[in-house]
Amino acid sequence: MDSADDPPTSILAFLFQAEFASEEQQQKGFIDWEWLGENFTEDVVPALLQHIFLCAVSLAIALAISLPLGILAARYRGLYGPLTAITGFFYTIPSFAMFVFLLAIGFSVGVTPAIITLVLYSLLILIRNVVTGLDSVPPETKDAARGMGLTDRQILWRVEIPLALPVIVAGMRIAVVTVIGIAVIASYIGGGGLGNLIFSGITRNFPTLYVTGAVLATLLAISADLLFVRTERFLSPWTRARGAR
Amino acid sequence: MDRILDVFQRADFISDLIIHIELSVLATLFGLLIALPVAILVNRSDFGSTLAINIGNIGRAVPSICILVLMLPIVGLGFDNALIALTLLAISPILINAVVGLRQVSAQIVDAAKGMGLSGRQILSGIQLPIAAPIIFAGIRTSAVQVVASATLATFIGGGGLGNYIVEGFQRGDLYISMAGALTVAVLAIITEVGFGTLQRTFTPKGLRLAQARARTK
Repeated sequence: MDSADDPPTSILAFLFQAEFASEEQQQKGFIDWEWLGENFTEDVVPALLQHIFLCAVSLAIALAISLPLGILAARYRGLYGPLTAITGFFYTIPSFAMFVFLLAIGFSVGVTPAIITLVLYSLLILIRNVVTGLDSVPPETKDAARGMGLTDRQILWRVEIPLALPVIVAGMRIAVVTVIGIAVIASYIGGGGLGNLIFSGITRNFPTLYVTGAVLATLLAISADLLFVRTERFLSPWTRARGAR
Repeated sequence: MDRILDVFQRADFISDLIIHIELSVLATLFGLLIALPVAILVNRSDFGSTLAINIGNIGRAVPSICILVLMLPIVGLGFDNALIALTLLAISPILINAVVGLRQVSAQIVDAAKGMGLSGRQILSGIQLPIAAPIIFAGIRTSAVQVVASATLATFIGGGGLGNYIVEGFQRGDLYISMAGALTVAVLAIITEVGFGTLQRTFTPKGLRLAQARARTK
């Protein structure tokens, strides 16, 4: 068989069909709970922690970049268009393709290109929400603060940012969910995390492994989503009274 | 560069590209056909709308590769199964935007239409849907771009498409093969994004466009 004309998936398909028919599989049931029990603390928990760590680091870096850029763009409107155009371009590139491009420009397989990709994907969402959040602060409020003798810097940190925080957190919520999902794919280029379970489960044709990975990644994303919804509501007590959302 | 072009000239490259496009178009279309009627159905009930939005939010949180992988034990490998998974993926953004879009049509406008003697169906097709159209289209656009990107992952469940080349490149340690797939997918995603942006503008009713322009100059 000429390997050039043989897409890897057909090999996978062949392996899967062979395995689905195997008797051992049917005896053990679809999920091998015994394996899961034995390897939970050794394989599963570290992958989960690694995943959380990867996402947290990326989000922190993205926030450290987006906050100043967003503040600048809110002040100097001319910046907003180009900023969203550039970050929007990154956002549109499919993540799986982005990894290939990063490797092509010289990054080696590992955590670095994974974090870079995760940061690039968060930028558009975060910058947009920082700007929207700052825009939502009523001009009267800023005027009142100025009348009270606050300097521009004080107005920014004590008035504008706290009032914009719910919108910024709403952006973080979308970013964190996106990042958790893309981090799964990042495992393919050595990013580690839950994707390792999924991809090795697929190649070894071991459903227990990939189902565990996928279920945990899904639960992680949903709980992060819910956590940020809570935070968002906690940070904007004024919407609670109105029963907004 | 030549080695990337070599991949483009392979006999099955075009057919893989077509599979990728087919997967994306069908999944987005099916997603729309499921999400829009549901959004119209729940439009009249507060509880239904909130429920639909919450389900949509949870659906949007599920990582795309996880939907694909979790469908694997249920439906197995192949094109059809990748299509089912991608359709599930396409539903959430359209559902959320359609529900929100229909809800934000102000009650006064609907009342005025009712007063003019329009039937429920006429109000829906003549008033609510056109006013909600830009938001619904934004949802379709989000779905379509996401589906084009996620169709790359269909390769892992034997669905074919351009992801085949990215994976093949990694497996054979030949980045040029991966590049050929990645470049094509990236161009496809950008075309989808820009194309739907244009469609979104075309489907914005003239009155709304004028109102938006006025709001901007203010």
